[in-house]
Amino acid sequence: MTQIDVAALAKLAKLEVSADELAKLEKEIPEILGFVETIQAVAAEAGHKSPVHRNIMREDANPHETGLHTRTLLDAAPAQKDDQVAVKQVISK
Amino acid sequence: MDLSKLTISSARKALDAKEFTALELTDAYLAEIEKRDPEIHAYLEVWKDSAREEAKAADERIAKGDVKPLTGIPIAVKDNILIKGRIASSASKMLENYRASYDATVITKLKEQGAIFLGRTNMDEFALGGSTENSAFGPTKNPIDTARVPGGTSGGSSAAVAGNLALAALGSDTGGSIRQPSAFCGVVGLKTTYGTVSRFGLMAAASSLDQIGPITKNTEDARIMREAIAGYDANDSTSLPENVRTAAKNLKKVIGVPRALLEKGVDPDVLAAFEKTLTDLRTAGYEVRDIELPNLAHSLAVYYIINPAEVSTNLARYDGIRYGLSVPAEDISSVYEKSRGQGFGPEVRRRILVGTFVLSSGYADAYYRKARAVRALIRSDLEKAFEGVDAIATPTSPIPAWKLGEKSDPVAMYAADIFTVPVNLAGVPALSVPSGSVQRDGKALPVGFQLIGPHHGEDALLMIGADVEKAA
Repeated sequence: MTQIDVAALAKLAKLEVSADELAKLEKEIPEILGFVETIQAVAAEAGHKSPVHRNIMREDANPHETGLHTRTLLDAAPAQKDDQVAVKQVISK
Repeated sequence: MDLSKLTISSARKALDAKEFTALELTDAYLAEIEKRDPEIHAYLEVWKDSAREEAKAADERIAKGDVKPLTGIPIAVKDNILIKGRIASSASKMLENYRASYDATVITKLKEQGAIFLGRTNMDEFALGGSTENSAFGPTKNPIDTARVPGGTSGGSSAAVAGNLALAALGSDTGGSIRQPSAFCGVVGLKTTYGTVSRFGLMAAASSLDQIGPITKNTEDARIMREAIAGYDANDSTSLPENVRTAAKNLKKVIGVPRALLEKGVDPDVLAAFEKTLTDLRTAGYEVRDIELPNLAHSLAVYYIINPAEVSTNLARYDGIRYGLSVPAEDISSVYEKSRGQGFGPEVRRRILVGTFVLSSGYADAYYRKARAVRALIRSDLEKAFEGVDAIATPTSPIPAWKLGEKSDPVAMYAADIFTVPVNLAGVPALSVPSGSVQRDGKALPVGFQLIGPHHGEDALLMIGADVEKAA
């Protein structure tokens, strides 16, 4: 069975996981992957064929009036300052 | 009025004949909710005042003769479908206080018809699970036996309809989330062809699998609800234009049964109820024949790669910055990690981690891309089968509703989705109709009969489903 570094995965997924839960997940995640790994025995080419379903985009035209939704969307943000979404420091000291 | 006997179509007639008003009907449901829902917990929130206002408006429309099929019909809405100004939480702490900033397209359509919104229903958090036990706000109980789960993820919607707490409900189905809870609660659930009902305003779980659909008392009501919510929508980039929706061909009255899939893991009593329904269909003039779907055995493994992969991507948007729970921390990375760590429940965290793994560099070919290739084989198996049969029949779930807390192992829980997930992988429609029951602890637990159709085969499924209802 594949060795899984769950703590590294959690870091990649930006997910804080407690030590207790990490111990539990270190058992569960390899079990789930062991279960899904069975497809590797199927003869199917994992190519890059175009999928049957694809997104159909609208024409990039007729934009709505500027600012129409700004207030609504800003008000959903947990923190705002001067009509902008406020965020914590991005670059660490 | 007897709520247990009422359907959308019978209520429509009674409302139009002024036997009762939409307000009286709504009050009857609100009274039943007040009486019974503290035990069932189908609803996360009941909109008593606005429902009564909507009912008054519907009565005015009825008085003027401006009537649509759902005018004055009280319905429940799954908590992952947006209604402007209302909290929509996906049963998650992450969105406990989130208010929707717009209406989902299905809601716009129902509002235009004058439907009444009773409240939002409980579900597995972010539509991940199979029992509604993964709600951050406590489980829903099965109205048939309150010691048991209602199924999931649309467990609140199914329990509301089965428990006479709504006349119909909207659910969403990613791997069986409309059909399995409908089977467990003894109601009808329809998963529509991918792309026929707009996903605009449905919180994304796994975008290539998600579809909104109805949960109703019978197949006639499912048809009415489907007609109300289906249609092309420019706001959903996977919505199918009307001109590619091919109508179902004439019924040959042939039903295929994938025998090999039924050989192991199906509860003997569930299998007996399934065989009885097949016998009833033969009596009704159908030919029932065995078919081979060799790649369907891989469906669960494929599903439990594709689903977590898409879930981990979609749920990346919950970062504590734009909306939802935000846990204060020193720097932005810690805000992300703490908000997500505290906002998401255990099953959501498991899926995000599995999804992150199967998409990670070095593993994506062996897991995610391989799963996509096998998914194409599953789709092709079904397409070939539909050249010879109108529909494919299976039990909706291999087992009846289990007891609350009985299944704690994730892989055991996933195995219960064996008959429902191939449908979402192929994007085809499927219907669960109650047919028979199994006795457990002195209770008759409902069994669902699943009919899978070709793309755009909903009409045929509803016709065959009506024959199953007649026989049951």
